[in-house]
Amino acid sequence: MKLVKFALATAALMAASWTASAADLSGAGSTFVYPVLAKWADAYKKETGIGLNYQSIGSGGGIKQIKAKTVVFGATDAPLSGKELEEGGLAQFPIIMGGIVPVVNIDGVKPGDLVLDGPTLAKIYLGDIKKWDDPAIAKLNASVKLPSTAIALVHRADASGTTFNFTYYLSAVSPDWKSKVGTATAVQWPAGIGAKGNEGVANNVAQTKGSIGYVEYAYAKQNKLTFTKMMNKAGKVVMPTSESFQAGAANADWKSQPGYGVILANQPGDASWPITASTWILVHKQPTDAAALGEALKFFAWSYSKGQDAAKALDYIPMPASVVADIEKMWGSDIKDGGGKPVYAMTH
Amino acid sequence: MSEVALKEAGVTTVDRVESRGAALGRLRLFDVVFLRLTRGAVFTVLALLSGTLLSLIVGSMPAFRAFGLSYLITETWNPVTEKFGALAPIYGTLVTSAIAMLIAVPVGLMIAFFLTELCPKMLRRPIAIAIELLAGIPSIIYGIWGLFVFAPFLQKYIQPFLIDTLGNLPLVGSLFEGPPYGIGMLTAGFILAIMVLPFITAISRDVFDAVPAVLKEATYGLGCTTWEVFKYVILPYTRVAVIGGCMLGLGRALGETMAVTFVIGNAHKVSASILQPGTTISATIANEFTEAVGDLYTSSLIALGLILFFITFIVLAAARYMLMRIQQRAG
Amino acid sequence: MAITAANSLYIRRRSRNIVAKTLAYAATAFGLGWLVLILGVLLYNGIGGLSLDVFTQNTPPPGSAGGLQNAIVGSIAMTALAIVIGTPIGVLAGTYMAEYGRHDRLASIVRFINDILLSAPSVVVGLFVYEVMVAPMGHFSGYAGSVALAVIVIPVVVRTTEDMLRLVPDTLREAAASIGLPRAHMILRIAYRAARAGIVTGILLAVARISGETAPLLFTALNNQFFSVNMNAPMPSLPVVIFQFALSPYEEWQKLAWTGALLITVTVLALSILARSLTARKQ
Repeated sequence: MKLVKFALATAALMAASWTASAADLSGAGSTFVYPVLAKWADAYKKETGIGLNYQSIGSGGGIKQIKAKTVVFGATDAPLSGKELEEGGLAQFPIIMGGIVPVVNIDGVKPGDLVLDGPTLAKIYLGDIKKWDDPAIAKLNASVKLPSTAIALVHRADASGTTFNFTYYLSAVSPDWKSKVGTATAVQWPAGIGAKGNEGVANNVAQTKGSIGYVEYAYAKQNKLTFTKMMNKAGKVVMPTSESFQAGAANADWKSQPGYGVILANQPGDASWPITASTWILVHKQPTDAAALGEALKFFAWSYSKGQDAAKALDYIPMPASVVADIEKMWGSDIKDGGGKPVYAMTH
Repeated sequence: MSEVALKEAGVTTVDRVESRGAALGRLRLFDVVFLRLTRGAVFTVLALLSGTLLSLIVGSMPAFRAFGLSYLITETWNPVTEKFGALAPIYGTLVTSAIAMLIAVPVGLMIAFFLTELCPKMLRRPIAIAIELLAGIPSIIYGIWGLFVFAPFLQKYIQPFLIDTLGNLPLVGSLFEGPPYGIGMLTAGFILAIMVLPFITAISRDVFDAVPAVLKEATYGLGCTTWEVFKYVILPYTRVAVIGGCMLGLGRALGETMAVTFVIGNAHKVSASILQPGTTISATIANEFTEAVGDLYTSSLIALGLILFFITFIVLAAARYMLMRIQQRAG
Repeated sequence: MAITAANSLYIRRRSRNIVAKTLAYAATAFGLGWLVLILGVLLYNGIGGLSLDVFTQNTPPPGSAGGLQNAIVGSIAMTALAIVIGTPIGVLAGTYMAEYGRHDRLASIVRFINDILLSAPSVVVGLFVYEVMVAPMGHFSGYAGSVALAVIVIPVVVRTTEDMLRLVPDTLREAAASIGLPRAHMILRIAYRAARAGIVTGILLAVARISGETAPLLFTALNNQFFSVNMNAPMPSLPVVIFQFALSPYEEWQKLAWTGALLITVTVLALSILARSLTARKQ
């Protein structure tokens, strides 16, 4: 009898599942963009009632899921090449920009105290510099008392766009890194612990004394981690602020790459933050569920116009207005449903 | 007589011969159908195992075709150049399980010794139940406890101590090198030990209790101490079952996922030092499967699953075989 | 001379005995100590976050307060479906092995294989269900998660059903046969009724076992931050949410992770105690 009741209850549950559920958007990918995406989703749901189910599993996961068509959009900080976009029938457009900062956990060192530069960072991550009081670090930090503790390296264990931008930067400033490790979403790290997502890196650095990691700035800010200053290409020491991120992105020529795939690391300029990065959204040009994609594009249009305050509060940098106009034009011309009609109807 | 049978079977009284025949026929049909159903269920169980094995083999074919058997001894794990090797996960699985067994087997046997010979009768059940509670705690709880409580403790106190003392010894020292991360292979191995402990204790206790009292009494009568009875009578008598129980625990340790994923450090490297981070097969799969881009990457992960399946299958089969022999001997 | 030699041997044996006994006491204290430590920390961290909100609010975005309602409901739904799928298969298979195939070769092979499945790594089960359900279907779903859990339920139920049916004395079966009762009816009405408590115990143990399983759900049901009863889509579950929240740096998420862990542990322990008391009462 109990079993019959059980079965009936389950059948009722399954029946309920067949009824149409609200048009919830599904996305997956970059943990870099997750803090601001979550804030947008919250505000958007309050405004329109439509929810966003985003799995923060790393850029690699986002690329995989969108290619497998298990989500409506993927988010990645490592842009796909023109060839890959063609092969997958995907459209790519940048949604937001931000900065990647090194974070450390050293007794007595406060946020913004420590200064690092590209070559030293590369040597640390190569495992060549093993202790905090190494002369290379001390040279940049005359006024900071560095302990002789071992450096506990933290990096990403998953396929990460943040890693992509970080290793792109390290390859640009260190030929040794370029030849030994290279640039990718997931590399053969010479040493260190692997953590899942920006969240995992932040967690590990917060918990492990003497550690160093790299995270998107919002994670450092929200979790009160000790970020460092960096010496940029021009030789100037800069703090990670929205101004320095903005300077780091100012020279980007967005139309120069297919799918707006411009990497912002190691840009020239006195005030530029050396590890600036952006996140791209991937969608199918001919989606299986045109209605869902239409809703998703409406969400992104909303975030371009109304989401900027939330983004600035977390020190993300909005896309320039001219680029946004170009992107929305691309939606109209490139993204079509089965009948050839554009999925996104411009409301203004 | 069939009247009674029909009545028990819920068929109301029938008078006419044909309907009775029909009713009996229905019962026969039900009998056959039920037998078929149960047989079908049994074949489903068989299908589950063979299905798992088959899907793993099919899924891992691309990886083995690309790398061949050298997949098992390559350390490289590079998703971008698509060069994968299972050496680091296999090494980590074996090392963490070895650490777990090194700790859990002596401790588990001693607890079983305590429960059967030394413990006051009144406390026996409560303590035994308490130890079994350890087995009931889901592994994810071990994981977060390990990450938030145990690892920081290790990092602050134990690991620096180990590095400073044992790390400087000539041979053994290489086992204890490196910065104190807190997480790593030693931490994972230790947590696995706590998880495996109740299995060894439970099985050992059962077989220790089953040793004929006459044997023990005779040995006591000769003037042996409790320890000597244990060492020279109980252990040899139950040797095979104890080994079977330990192998069961080993099988559990090899396949454990969640507890290890939190504290292993996720580094695809083979390190001599057990204080270093590493990875195990199950932790690799759990961490990387949902984001594996590309067929070769996914296939490599499934190949890892196949390897794990084989390792645990062999260990568990041997364990079950040994325990089965004990049960047969006991009659 | 001889006495001194015997004396020293005796002293050595005595001291070895004392050392061994001390080690045994220490080992037990060691084992119990970890239990107390783990449960204590769990209680301490989990109770702090326990409130009505946990059951009425859904999982929040990082930095906001919320609860675990969608995860709890998702877990219950998938566990229920897994039991519905797994129990009939498990009970029927166990019945075959205890009733029809007691000395059958088929039964002994299946018994052996079942025991292996019982301890098989659950992450492999997740891979299997991914290959046969998620990949062909093209998306993650609560159905796939339930099937993965069912695969874990079946060996548990098979084992306990067979054991419990075996305990039913054969005299009952012989009595039924003597009045001409067909085998199936005998099983249904006599054997099942006699072993009822034991079979229910097996189901309870299976529920306890899958309540804490995370790995098989990771690549079958995935996760969902909203409330959803759509079994044909990614489904939230308590263990996966704990996994995600515990590895994050956000304080509210970590607190919810501990609370969720406490909920799961309490459920599992309560079910185990219930199952144990059912069989104890029988004896």
